[in-house]
Amino acid sequence: MSYHIAVCAGIVPDPLQTLEPVSGPQGPALKNEMMLPAVLDPWAAHALYEASHLAKNVPGSKVYLVSLAPKAKLQQVLMTMAQKVAFELVALDGPSSGFTESADVASALAAAIEAIPGLDRSQLLLFGGWESAARAAGTTLAMVGERLGITEQFQGVDALKVGADGSLEILERVEGGKHQVSVCAGAPAVLGWATGSLPEPPNSPQTGMQNMRTVMPALQKAKPAQVGAHAFLSVSLPKQQRTTRIVKDVPAAEVAREIAAWIRGS
Amino acid sequence: MRTTARPKTATLKTLPGDDVHQILWRFSDRFDLQMLVNSVRSVARGPVARLVASGARNTHEWTPEKASLLKEFDAAGVTSASLDAEYGGYIDGPKNFALALSAFELAWVDGGAATASLAGCLALAPIHERGTEEQRAHYMKLCSPTLNAEPLRGAFCLTEPLPYVGVETGLLSGKVRIAEWKEGEEPMLEVDKRGRFTTNMGFANFVTAAVDSGDERIKGSCMVILEETDPGTFDRGSATKKMVHQLSSTTDPIFHLTVPASRIIGGYEIKDGVIVPNFNHSEVIEAVFRRTRVTVGLMTAAKLLSAVEPLLRYHRDRFRGGETTHPGSVRYELGLQQKEDVLHRLLEVWATGEAAASLGFAAARLFDELDPLEQEKTALLAAQGAGKGMSAFRAMRKLEPDAIAAIRAHRTPDNPLIRYLILDSAANVFCPAAKLWNTGHGANELREAVSLMGGYGITEDCPGFLVQKWTDAQLEATYEGPEAVQRRQLSVTMTNEVFLAQFQNWIGELRVIAGEHPATSACALATAMQMWLWTLRHLQNAKDADGQNLYQSSRQGVTFPMADALCWLLSARQLVLDTMELAAKGRDNASVAEGFDGLMEFYTDLCSIQSGRTAGEVGRICAELVFGYNRHVDWTGEGCFHREELISLESIIPGIESMARDVLETDGSHPPKAGPCVRFNGYEQFQALRSKLDGCITGSQLAKDRAGESLVAVMIPAALDYPA
Repeated sequence: MSYHIAVCAGIVPDPLQTLEPVSGPQGPALKNEMMLPAVLDPWAAHALYEASHLAKNVPGSKVYLVSLAPKAKLQQVLMTMAQKVAFELVALDGPSSGFTESADVASALAAAIEAIPGLDRSQLLLFGGWESAARAAGTTLAMVGERLGITEQFQGVDALKVGADGSLEILERVEGGKHQVSVCAGAPAVLGWATGSLPEPPNSPQTGMQNMRTVMPALQKAKPAQVGAHAFLSVSLPKQQRTTRIVKDVPAAEVAREIAAWIRGS
Repeated sequence: MRTTARPKTATLKTLPGDDVHQILWRFSDRFDLQMLVNSVRSVARGPVARLVASGARNTHEWTPEKASLLKEFDAAGVTSASLDAEYGGYIDGPKNFALALSAFELAWVDGGAATASLAGCLALAPIHERGTEEQRAHYMKLCSPTLNAEPLRGAFCLTEPLPYVGVETGLLSGKVRIAEWKEGEEPMLEVDKRGRFTTNMGFANFVTAAVDSGDERIKGSCMVILEETDPGTFDRGSATKKMVHQLSSTTDPIFHLTVPASRIIGGYEIKDGVIVPNFNHSEVIEAVFRRTRVTVGLMTAAKLLSAVEPLLRYHRDRFRGGETTHPGSVRYELGLQQKEDVLHRLLEVWATGEAAASLGFAAARLFDELDPLEQEKTALLAAQGAGKGMSAFRAMRKLEPDAIAAIRAHRTPDNPLIRYLILDSAANVFCPAAKLWNTGHGANELREAVSLMGGYGITEDCPGFLVQKWTDAQLEATYEGPEAVQRRQLSVTMTNEVFLAQFQNWIGELRVIAGEHPATSACALATAMQMWLWTLRHLQNAKDADGQNLYQSSRQGVTFPMADALCWLLSARQLVLDTMELAAKGRDNASVAEGFDGLMEFYTDLCSIQSGRTAGEVGRICAELVFGYNRHVDWTGEGCFHREELISLESIIPGIESMARDVLETDGSHPPKAGPCVRFNGYEQFQALRSKLDGCITGSQLAKDRAGESLVAVMIPAALDYPA
């Protein structure tokens, strides 16, 4: 028993950056988005670490990182991510902003996964974030699964155990800080990860150099993805906007009180 | 008349990111280096920054918290970056540039962490550069974190208690004697060495130490490897109470150890019953320092550039939160950025940081190019029977005319020895220049950065740790050869005719750049270089008012300022060259292309700012040296008219009496000034150059105004990406 784990992961602007929506020639966009430093979507990054962990524990398994993003930005992000865990990259060139239509993205990703040479769909585990830092809609992964004909889908996953019989025991987040335990017979399945339980692996340039053997060719042959054909009638800022403030020597209770007041006020 | 000054068309949109730096510093195609940068950054802005923020710098001692950084370095591949692949390294070829990038990233947060990381490389460097195959294999393997869970750590020990080795590296008190030499067996050596300011000594497992012979059966000096398990005393000494770089361990150790002669770095021969080391300590440290000093220069460059973002944020947010300052008001949106002084001074810090980084990375790349050529040179000379010492020096000297001819013809010579001569002459200037200017002038600019943060600047929790970075810069200007040592080296290497032939070519190249990119002020820089060259040639032949030669070894009042002036020129030139690289390749990068116009305009303006400042500095220094050693004429000497003389001349040259200024009256009185104004006979060329140079600065302040608009408009992150 071994798995082919496809991790769907987009890239998003570094969380510390100031984001400002603007109207561009192709519709709404973020100001200077191409120039801002980017990171792998944090939700998807957890999925990638979990995929790597699973692959290490199930011999013969393989991890594919499937990403739709502007190739130049993706390349920069991979200079860090490729050092974290071993994977094979499947890259699609296209916009990664929060204004792309998730159905289009799902189509493109599903097609790219289907085209992976030697992929055993019966042993496919489709991983990704249960939501994303780009728009937090959390719709893409489910649609990729549907397009691939995978009906066993789990969202908000925090833990996965593989039974001796190949069954998958999955811990999903539910209301009230509780988890729901589900068991399915085995692959194929879709797992939209919450945070999981693994820390971010340290960087290892040696791992990075290994990954680069496939990453660079994959980036070079990345095909343009057909996304973003939809028109937006209007776009507005969310009511709650982030206000970053650095404070020191303030008790946690005081911080919590201030946050609660801010939420009530908005 | 049309002018070359551009109207403002675009401003900088975001702070220059990795894509931009990769183009500027020429590693866009080196994924191994890009990964190294990211890896080191995660350590620097994570564990290192947390340690600094938690006050770990407030102790001199080597604590477990500080020691934990070593493991972080190992895990992130920082330690193994200097190793060859066979020892667990992952970077092919020479590693000067890689180590420079690594130090740059660490120093962005803390110079001491960078030093702790580099000191291990420094300890291994004598073995790497001059060690025998066996020594190299043995120690490289044991120091590899890839091959060992607990790798060995090393320290480099040269400096000794006063009055011994320090500024003058030749004066050693550490001694090596023969302890025992049995017939047919390897000699055993007794090593006595006291160190001072030895980095990594709090935890080092071995030490590479410089010692002199204290025994007639050992010739000259050498470097030896000492291990903590060797019989005798391996006393780590007490922690140095340094006020800077507290994340590195520094002590004053004492060694009295017995070691086998095979620990002499580079091995030895036995001639007539005397042990003759293959390399004396000077030969070893020369090979080491000429590479590692560049890295130190880059540490200060990193700190200057790291100051930009916190300063921008402080200035912009300065008045936010006040009851009377409302969003949308100029005071709220711009804060202190309303004030021109704040913008202009920050631009000078930024331009210095960019120029320092450009110079340092150029030097590091130069050494990467030089390393394989040096090996080829050594092999070729050995094949010619001129392997070392004076015979090698003479063999290379003979090739200098060919090297100069090739440079003048803009031709790359086929002969690797000549290629080596050319590169080596430049490396011998770039290395001390990067160390001297980046750290010395960089420290001055860091003080400016601290002052731009107001009272916050001198607090321990100032964002960006600016006061720590400023004081650390003083150590960087001192260790691995203080400023006087660098100036001394430059005063010799910058007069090498092979270097000067290249320098002459660079002037022409800058004029070509100026033709295509006039707003860089490359033309001003070219004129400043012309003036420096004229001044050097003049000083080499001129005498002072007392008839003493001006350009000579002991005349440091002449040679040292010329070295300083050269550093300004080289750093500004390298910034222009890097900006030209950005101009050529920036649009090809999708991430850079989006804001390319504003980015190029900003860097062009930084070039102009730096070139203008450089022209001003060089003009001042050259004028002081050209005129400063002449004695001012007084009212008793030649150079003034006597009233009677003028009266008699009036009949021949009507009107002369009314035109003459410096006139000594019949009663001995004269105009109220020091003496007749200095005449410039013989200095006409200099005067013309000086006048031209002053004019060439035209526009550099306009560049500052334009770049200031970018500082006001540029997007910055909401917070710094490391704690403070």
